[in-house]
Amino acid sequence: MVGIVVVSHSERAAEGIAEVAAEMAGDTRIEPVGGDGKGGIGTVPDAIEDAIDAAAGEGSDAADADGVVVLVDLGSAVMNADVAVELSEAEAVIADAPVLEGAVNAAVAATDPSATVESVREQAEAARDIEKL
Amino acid sequence: MTDDGAAVVAAVEAVAERIEAERDHLTQLDSAIGDADHGGNMARGWAEAADAARDLDDPDAEAVAKTVGKTLMAEVGGASGPLFGGSLVFAAGELDEGITPETAVAFAETYLEKVEDRGDARVGDQTMVDALTPAVHTFKKSIEVDDLPPVEALAKAVDAAERGVAFTVPIRARKGRASYLGWRSVGHQDPGATSTLFILEEVLDVAANRVGVDVPETDASSPTIPDEDPDEAADDGSAAASEDD
Repeated sequence: MVGIVVVSHSERAAEGIAEVAAEMAGDTRIEPVGGDGKGGIGTVPDAIEDAIDAAAGEGSDAADADGVVVLVDLGSAVMNADVAVELSEAEAVIADAPVLEGAVNAAVAATDPSATVESVREQAEAARDIEKL
Repeated sequence: MTDDGAAVVAAVEAVAERIEAERDHLTQLDSAIGDADHGGNMARGWAEAADAARDLDDPDAEAVAKTVGKTLMAEVGGASGPLFGGSLVFAAGELDEGITPETAVAFAETYLEKVEDRGDARVGDQTMVDALTPAVHTFKKSIEVDDLPPVEALAKAVDAAERGVAFTVPIRARKGRASYLGWRSVGHQDPGATSTLFILEEVLDVAANRVGVDVPETDASSPTIPDEDPDEAADDGSAAASEDD
């Protein structure tokens, strides 16, 4: 199973986006993470790394972990997620996608029994082309 | 604690003190082209990092550098967190055999590589890379080609960083928040390049003190900014060609 991590500068935004995506996610693991750890706006690599490990199902059946796709919002969230991906033992990739639409697309893609990190990332990134009007 | 571990702790303490002293200066630079938080963020991050380094029980150089990097990542915030801290976490591994001229060069190169990868900036974008790149390349060349003693090599690197900082003033920002200003960023000194220079100056000071020599005079009159890796310099202009990608 491919896991999903939602990273936002706001902890509540990350939780809200994960909540929306979870509607479409079946039993896919979606981990929200965000904020500076002190109630403020920001992102922290260590916290993102923990979320990646949790989404990868670290500690559970190893055969169950097919990697993690990470959705990010703005600016330094990308760099901090990048550091976290490099630190984590799990196979994780960052999707270059709008964070909410990408998370929903990734959640749908992850329910496919043959989903891979690449197929889920591809679907997340396809959200860049969604037209709203 | 190993001698090398103690030296890194001393360097981190010196950097924390210097950044605190320069807090308003850095914030002033950042208020011209950014969001005016570089001084405060860096001062808080380095103060916490110095505390964390002091609290380590019997650490070696790698452990101190890794702890400092992790603390900076968590405390500095913004893009400076992953750039200064994240790069340090990964470069720290090069010091697992302690500090020698060879491991110091490897450390500097890995640090630069991580900053470049993460920030996707190169020389001329008005970022910390403008100070860091000439400093690292000058250090490497001074050790590997010119066979200078490490403290002299470090002094040359500081000199190169100083000229790199001056180089950020007349150019236009192409990365970071300053890039939104377009041509209005011209005429401003980059805060990240400036704090990079302060860090290098303090490392030089601690290194000179450790081997008991005076800080060597730097050669500020030298007009060139070495932005080519000595390894690539002989490579017939391919580095220049890649600038057009």
